[in-house]
Amino acid sequence: MSAREDIFANIRRSLGVTGNETTRRGAVAQRLEQTPRGPIPSRGQGSPAARLATFIGEATRVSATVVVLDTAQAVPEEIVRFLREANLPLTLKHGEDARLSALDWQAAGLEVATGRSDGADLNAVTHAFGGVAETGSLVLLSGADNPVTLTFLPDNHFVVLAAADLTSDLESVLVKLRRTGALPRTINIVTGPSRSADIEQTLLLGAHGPRRLHIMVTLN
Amino acid sequence: MTLHPTTPDFKDNAHRALHDPELQKALGHVQHGFIYKRQSAVERLPEFKTLRESARDLKDHVLKNLDLYLETYERNVAAAGGQVHFARTSAEACETIVNICKSHGAKSVTKGKSMVSEEIGLNAAIEAAGMQAVETDLGEYIIQLRGETPSHIIAPAVHLTKEQVEGDFRRVHTHLDGARDLSEPVQLLTEARGVLRERFLAADVGITGANFLIAETGTSIIVTNEGNGDLTQSLPKVHIVIASIEKVVPTLEDVSLLLRVLARSATGQDMSVYTTLSTGPRRETDPDGPEHYHVVLVDNGRSAMLGTEFEDMLRCIRCGACMNHCPVYHAIGGHAYGWVYPGPMGAVLTPSLIGVEKGGHLPNASTFCGRCESVCPVKIPLPKLMRHWREREFERHLTPAVQRFGLKIWAFFAKNPGLYSFASRAAMSALAWLGRDKGRFASLPLAKGWTDYRDLPAPQGDTFQAQWRKRQKEARR
Repeated sequence: MSAREDIFANIRRSLGVTGNETTRRGAVAQRLEQTPRGPIPSRGQGSPAARLATFIGEATRVSATVVVLDTAQAVPEEIVRFLREANLPLTLKHGEDARLSALDWQAAGLEVATGRSDGADLNAVTHAFGGVAETGSLVLLSGADNPVTLTFLPDNHFVVLAAADLTSDLESVLVKLRRTGALPRTINIVTGPSRSADIEQTLLLGAHGPRRLHIMVTLN
Repeated sequence: MTLHPTTPDFKDNAHRALHDPELQKALGHVQHGFIYKRQSAVERLPEFKTLRESARDLKDHVLKNLDLYLETYERNVAAAGGQVHFARTSAEACETIVNICKSHGAKSVTKGKSMVSEEIGLNAAIEAAGMQAVETDLGEYIIQLRGETPSHIIAPAVHLTKEQVEGDFRRVHTHLDGARDLSEPVQLLTEARGVLRERFLAADVGITGANFLIAETGTSIIVTNEGNGDLTQSLPKVHIVIASIEKVVPTLEDVSLLLRVLARSATGQDMSVYTTLSTGPRRETDPDGPEHYHVVLVDNGRSAMLGTEFEDMLRCIRCGACMNHCPVYHAIGGHAYGWVYPGPMGAVLTPSLIGVEKGGHLPNASTFCGRCESVCPVKIPLPKLMRHWREREFERHLTPAVQRFGLKIWAFFAKNPGLYSFASRAAMSALAWLGRDKGRFASLPLAKGWTDYRDLPAPQGDTFQAQWRKRQKEARR
């Protein structure tokens, strides 16, 4: 018997089942079809304004920085402000996301490159698919629009999140994703900048991923 | 290939651990850090109790239908362009992974943190096949440099002090300036980040574990804080996931539920920094990500736990809360347990996976204080399961003769209540009289194991049974 057949046979023998029981098959099919939710915490719920306030509070708590911008057009200038304040060079990489490509980076004084990162980029910006108020998390999708290497290799990660894409809980954003069809190679749920507490339980930011995470929530 | 367990020497291991001053210093961080952080996170979420109950019910539902969910998972991985491999044993799992690496001509393999890879002894298998395996989680990297195994399932280097880590970095990173300052943890972290960055970029294959597998979508999930797991799985051309069979859950909603209890129970975070859902290899238009995606599902004794009194153990989501709250773990650390899984979850799982002959000592090191069960996010009755192992050990005559003799004497008295009452009363009066001056004993014959570490208070007043009778009588009045 192959390993696969053996393992399935063992599982079924231990459970005392054959795998053909209609009740079991029915229960499993039903769960996969109806996708019931567990208890949803009240923390992230409420009006859009309340959700935004919760999101900012939670993201700040995990050491991300958050600003709210009236329009997406203000993003380049905000990034320039951040980089100047941190005394960093005005360079930036982004993917093919149309919402990012449409912005006037040059006018703000940024030297911009596009594509994936090979590890040499100090700063990158990606556009989030969604945000989760409950935990201050960002939901990013891999692909040509927002390459996954931009989320992990640069030291400073800027993320644009449209306020309309901010949901109360993780379930809501994942359901939205399921409706769009096949999942991307990776869905990256990011909650704050990279960290480690592996040395004497001392929490330090900037382990292998970005040292800084700056979130720009755009209202329009 | 599996790591050779020193579990049969548990007693000696524990003794050595208690007398290791550096270990004892490092263990102080466990007691104070983890417990407080978890408590704060739980207090911030009023729904936590309900979430734990739902998490338990969900895992029970999965275990009862494990065959069906695994079929669904396998089908959906294939639909997304990935490939599932099944492995009955550690040796089969290692062989499968080594073969995938070889078929891609791999020289260097990076690894995200994975306990099941420790269980199957994967690093040794990769090295034996002439390839290099590089651990990339900071804690795992440190212990790999030292040739050690993890002492904690989520904080593998928790048994070390920063001075020890400094010593290892100076010993291994010889290409760096010998006069550099490494006295602060942040300097150690920065150095590891720099060294490992090159390894990430040079790797041919990246291997990660999986916190969960989603049947509905054929997705694997890793939950990390450092970002090393994501660099491991996104940069090389091949991504191999290794996971044990009980990690599968039905849907995206079900994962969301378990994520709410996982990080809070583990590190006291509401969410870990990076929760990554991976489905298949990179898409045609993707500029990055791996070209090949393999999942190796390991049984290694788990299917035999189903339908037994140890089935509850398969609910475990590997958060480490049980060891963080265990007085035995606090005293001896993880290495004394002698194999991969320490603490209360290890005391239950280890005998299941390597046999009660080798692992039977572990469930004996418990006072059954119940803290592990009270913090378990999926409500595993750990003390009860440890008791089952003690029963099995006794039934199979694996308990030492002196202990069996002691138990027999106790059983004799317990079955003769009159005699028990008389004997305990006599012993108590004698102890009370002997200790009447100091009120405590600094040493007692046959009880050195106790009195070496603390004094035994001299009994005061009557026996428990006598006091109980008295109170009952008063209550009736």
